[in-house]
Amino acid sequence: MSDDATTAPAVPADTVAAAGAVPIVRAEGLTKTHHGEGLPVHAVRGVDLSVRPGEFVAVTGPSGAGKSTLLHLIGGLQRPDSGKLWLAGERVDEYREARWAVLRRRSIGVVFQFFNLVSNLTVADNVELPALLAGASPKAARASRAELLAELGLEGRERSMPGELSGGEQQRVALARALVNHPALLLADEPAGSLDSKGTREVLRLLSRFHQRGQTIMMVTHDARMASAADRVISFFDGRIADDAHLDGGRRAPVRGVSGVLDLELEPKQ
Amino acid sequence: MRLALLALLTRSPAHGYELKQDLEKLLGAAYPQPNVGQIYVTLGRLEKSGLIEGEDVEQSGRPNKRTYRLTDAGREAVLAWFEETAEEPRVRDEFFMKLALAPQSGLADPIALINKQRRQYLNTMRDLSKLAAAEDRDNKISHLLIEGAMLHLQADLDWLERCQEELE
Repeated sequence: MSDDATTAPAVPADTVAAAGAVPIVRAEGLTKTHHGEGLPVHAVRGVDLSVRPGEFVAVTGPSGAGKSTLLHLIGGLQRPDSGKLWLAGERVDEYREARWAVLRRRSIGVVFQFFNLVSNLTVADNVELPALLAGASPKAARASRAELLAELGLEGRERSMPGELSGGEQQRVALARALVNHPALLLADEPAGSLDSKGTREVLRLLSRFHQRGQTIMMVTHDARMASAADRVISFFDGRIADDAHLDGGRRAPVRGVSGVLDLELEPKQ
Repeated sequence: MRLALLALLTRSPAHGYELKQDLEKLLGAAYPQPNVGQIYVTLGRLEKSGLIEGEDVEQSGRPNKRTYRLTDAGREAVLAWFEETAEEPRVRDEFFMKLALAPQSGLADPIALINKQRRQYLNTMRDLSKLAAAEDRDNKISHLLIEGAMLHLQADLDWLERCQEELE
């Protein structure tokens, strides 16, 4: 089967490449220091990292560890002081803002903790705008928008303004906006950080669903429950990767559910 | 399990297998289910200590089944159980001892210990998420149990983070 895949004319070359060795994200010696009022803050200190297509990577760590800065460097929202960065094999760390803007529009979707929707545009316009900016026809933008909003359970909300929606709904709109151009990479910075537990579960469920369909996701979170939905968890401390763990790797199947934790915590002592 | 069985018997008399099924239905897949053997052993002990009374019921073509009912002393025991507050969950004392003794022994690196422990917790968290997804949506008790385990685990992970910040 795999032998056929490389020779069969029906498979486009870029599909084969995407499934192969070229990482979506590759960083070498990425460094960023914030110079504010006080002492300089070494937010990211020489990070090497590689993310393969289709991976769902969570970055966790205490606040101030630099994990959001790392995500912002990868999305071009901030520029590194030094180090190299490749996205889908293309060297991007020396891009200027205009090229980054094009790259983000086409290839990177971003969701933030506080949604960052345009407050005086309707839900529909918020989602269609990036598609139009990327060159989609109004008709195609409308179609993509309709499909995504239906998928995210927001049918009937097209004409609402962001302020009329709950936090969870706003984050789903933000997710639709981030995904409307089918980006190769979805970046999520504390996507449930300002949601209640129901909204958190909802966002988590949706991220998992898009991941299962092949979406590459990098998510910063301090919430272990969110992190455990990823198949790889990077622990970030003091600007460095302290641990990089693939979950479920060669692990024994849990016996009787999760008896260990529940035994310890909930079974009364004999 | 003793008190769970006694509490179930406050409703009405029941036999061992019924009690097992009631527990399973109530607590869902998340709770480590006692096997029926454990239940019979426990019921035997409870009977010996006078908290329940057993009575054999004849069944045609099958061995007798033993039905249990709560005694007054058993009822008192259940009341006393509800009266008391439960103990706090214990801290992870074994991991804590490893962490404390690693530098003394020179045989393990504390940060490596923390990383290894974190991986285990994250994997368990993942198992819990799967369990929650697979569990019957309407079983509130079971979902609360899983959520409790997740929150404990989250606290353990937060604590590991504190350890790492202090010891790095």
